[in-house]
Amino acid sequence: MSRREPVAVSRRAVLAGGGALVVAFSLPLPGRGQQPPVVEKALGKTLDPTEVDGFLAVNADGSVSLFCGKVDLGTGLRIAIPQMAAEELGIGVERIVLVEGDTALTPDQGPTAGSTGIMRGGVQIRQAAATARAALLRLAAARLGVPAEALEVVNGEVRPKEGGQGVGFAALIGEQQFNLRLDPQAPLKDPGSYGIVGRSMPRPDVPRKVTGRHPYIHDLKLPDMLHARVIRPQAVGARLLDVDDTAVRDIPGVQVVRLGSFVGVVAPDEWDAELAARALVTRWSPASSLVGHEGVPAWMRKGPFDADQKLVGKGDARAVLASAAKKLSATYYWPTQSHASMGPSCAVADIREGKATIWSASQATHRFRRTIARLLDLPLEAVRVVYVDGSGCYGMNGHDDAAADAALLSRAVGRPVRVQWSRADELGWDPKGPPQMLALEGAVGADGQIAAWRTQMWIPRATANLPNIPLLGPADAGMAQPPGIATGLISQNGDPPYATPNVEVLVHWLKDAPLRPSNIRAPGKIANSFAVESFVDDLAAQARIDPVEFRLKGLSDARGAEVIRRAARMLDWKARPSPGPGGLGRGIAYVHYKHGETYVAVAMEAEVDPGSGAIRVRRVACAQDCGLVINPNAAMQQVEGNILQTLSRTLLEEVTFDAAGVTSVDWARYPILTFPDVPEIMIDLVDQPQSPPLGVGEAASTPVPAALANAIFDATGARLRTVPFTAERVKAALAAARRT
Amino acid sequence: MPTYSFFVNGSARTVQTRTDDQPLLYVLRNQLGLTGAKFGCGLGQCGACTVLVDGEAVRSCMMPVAAANGRGVTTIEGLGSPDQPHPVQAAFITEQAAQCGYCASGVVMATVALLARKPKATRAEVQAALAGNLCRCGTHQRILRAALRATGTSP
Repeated sequence: MSRREPVAVSRRAVLAGGGALVVAFSLPLPGRGQQPPVVEKALGKTLDPTEVDGFLAVNADGSVSLFCGKVDLGTGLRIAIPQMAAEELGIGVERIVLVEGDTALTPDQGPTAGSTGIMRGGVQIRQAAATARAALLRLAAARLGVPAEALEVVNGEVRPKEGGQGVGFAALIGEQQFNLRLDPQAPLKDPGSYGIVGRSMPRPDVPRKVTGRHPYIHDLKLPDMLHARVIRPQAVGARLLDVDDTAVRDIPGVQVVRLGSFVGVVAPDEWDAELAARALVTRWSPASSLVGHEGVPAWMRKGPFDADQKLVGKGDARAVLASAAKKLSATYYWPTQSHASMGPSCAVADIREGKATIWSASQATHRFRRTIARLLDLPLEAVRVVYVDGSGCYGMNGHDDAAADAALLSRAVGRPVRVQWSRADELGWDPKGPPQMLALEGAVGADGQIAAWRTQMWIPRATANLPNIPLLGPADAGMAQPPGIATGLISQNGDPPYATPNVEVLVHWLKDAPLRPSNIRAPGKIANSFAVESFVDDLAAQARIDPVEFRLKGLSDARGAEVIRRAARMLDWKARPSPGPGGLGRGIAYVHYKHGETYVAVAMEAEVDPGSGAIRVRRVACAQDCGLVINPNAAMQQVEGNILQTLSRTLLEEVTFDAAGVTSVDWARYPILTFPDVPEIMIDLVDQPQSPPLGVGEAASTPVPAALANAIFDATGARLRTVPFTAERVKAALAAARRT
Repeated sequence: MPTYSFFVNGSARTVQTRTDDQPLLYVLRNQLGLTGAKFGCGLGQCGACTVLVDGEAVRSCMMPVAAANGRGVTTIEGLGSPDQPHPVQAAFITEQAAQCGYCASGVVMATVALLARKPKATRAEVQAALAGNLCRCGTHQRILRAALRATGTSP
């Protein structure tokens, strides 16, 4: 029986070398021990991000290989970055071969996180391409004996502007190095002349993804590879007391690996590994005592705290609030949430003879390489981490934990090992988006603008310069890891983006989080904006001013005002104060992401069934200004994803846990948005070709919860301040609104 | 070892498994090299593993291979290829209806099963038919557009 090669499609495509944008996966091909030719040839190249050769190479056939440290997490970077490079170089995008996140081939461009893929990673590669184009012009000028100014680059060829014989990239520098520093001043093309950037080119991976041919980490197979499952502790922090392998001994080829409290099973057959994991009897020390999800708000108030920090101090907010005739105050809570990836984390590791190769869906292969070298006590040069697509992660899910699991097991058994987590592992043990609490106070002045504003936040403090969050397997195995927590930048966007003479933002930094935290999409900004933009609506309502008008009055940034107007216009917004007459409500919310990046406004229509407490979102309108848009269709898809995923998080999601650990370990107990509840979505991207490109992967998620809360307030007069918006909370808020 | 014979994407296949409880998904992915169907939950809750058995959409993570004996299995690979996609796959490509794509195989299979029953399914009918297929990236709107495109209805 022949085994189909999971990467056969991409390899064929690379060999064919044309027709469509090629994405080279540096996966070993089972049975052949071969890699795509461009990848094989490139090994040993420089990884220096200050060198043009770090990022790109002209191949013998005139195609161009791009070596990109950022990776496509299902986000469209795989087409957008080649578009940026192709445009700047002067070659068709179909002649670009993209290599992503392989630490042996790509420069370290930092993690693919924080919406930096295009705005940092793509811009860096664009500059390398601009430097390369200038070099190609110089080379061609010498070859053709004409001044570089008289030449242009078109379709992979440098030719006289006047017409006449040109010379191709391959003839100029095919398979040779540029040996050139990346020139930060190399002139960029005028966006007015763009022919590739700004077009909705189709993503190269979509045909493979919808025909079952796209290679995911879960599909990777190596010769002699064993399948593994890890048995996670019965409770967070529990120690393994003993293992009874009687029940698994008759499973062919099974091995039980125990390293301290880390225990896994490996077997040649995946189902056998699964059966062994189920049958293995393990005994654990008693549970550590977690606060439980219902105890989190009280725990946050109590600490232990690391420090208080004033993030914003302008005017004298406390004094003005103390003397204000009408003052509002409210507390908002955002629960612990899971990345809730559709596929459980998976990784393959081959640790043998002092060398480590790890195939992982890591957002940060270069960082993980350093982590693995430290954990396994190997020189950095002996470790290679190769990015392979995983299930969407939206931040740091279990991908690095699974890769560490695979590494420990492979080292123990001396063969390549594939680890796949279970559904319960993923929802139970992925590092979580941390909970957040905010208390807000505010007052509106006689001019109808915010006179004073005070935010207090209770959030866990990320450990400064933490190289990697402590990983589960190594922790259980008793291996030393730098202690600390990671959260992403969760204190941003905690103040109103509107003119306010007196503002204070005070953070009560907590020392820890109830469950191991990590960055989850738009870290912190979603909860902060939920509180801020809900409260802005409350202030507008108290002042009897239309929510759009109230915002525009306080907004001097023209780009911000424009997205608010556009979002409102899409919903045919009629100016009036909230709440409205009942029935269908409308709400709006706005963010200037991270205070200085993408502008987004989301307007929403929703209604509430007072009997059941059910919320129905009808239409969502989003206007976004993210500067130069590289690929409008791909950017819009990110906006759609942000909206729907954040509606899901707002309406449905909370990680529940008891003293021992997470209890929301399947899709029944951690439900997410389903098809019947999908609203109509309208998106308007503001065209800003002369502005730098900004991130699209996170920003549009940020205003979603407040827009929904504001729509519900408009519909009912009831204010929801705790996520998720469960039917019970809706009914309680309706009852409270009736009392006032 | 138990031996099972069935048709997969039109070809007669015979497989052996050590235990008779091995789910069809594992046989497809590990023995037959058909990795299009994905493991998502192993609980029949997410739909990532959806394949057609005698034309019906089933959760291959929950169906023991023994239950497929003698029947006809269609996987995502059996519908079409990147070069020659099935009309439903072509509609998904036109609408660019995948982000990470991990749910895509299951969603496509569930859509194919629906349209076989109801070639002119409405948006509401597609939404209901896909209620058991989870998507975390938030590609739902495009998937609905793609399904309607495949019915011939302008999305």
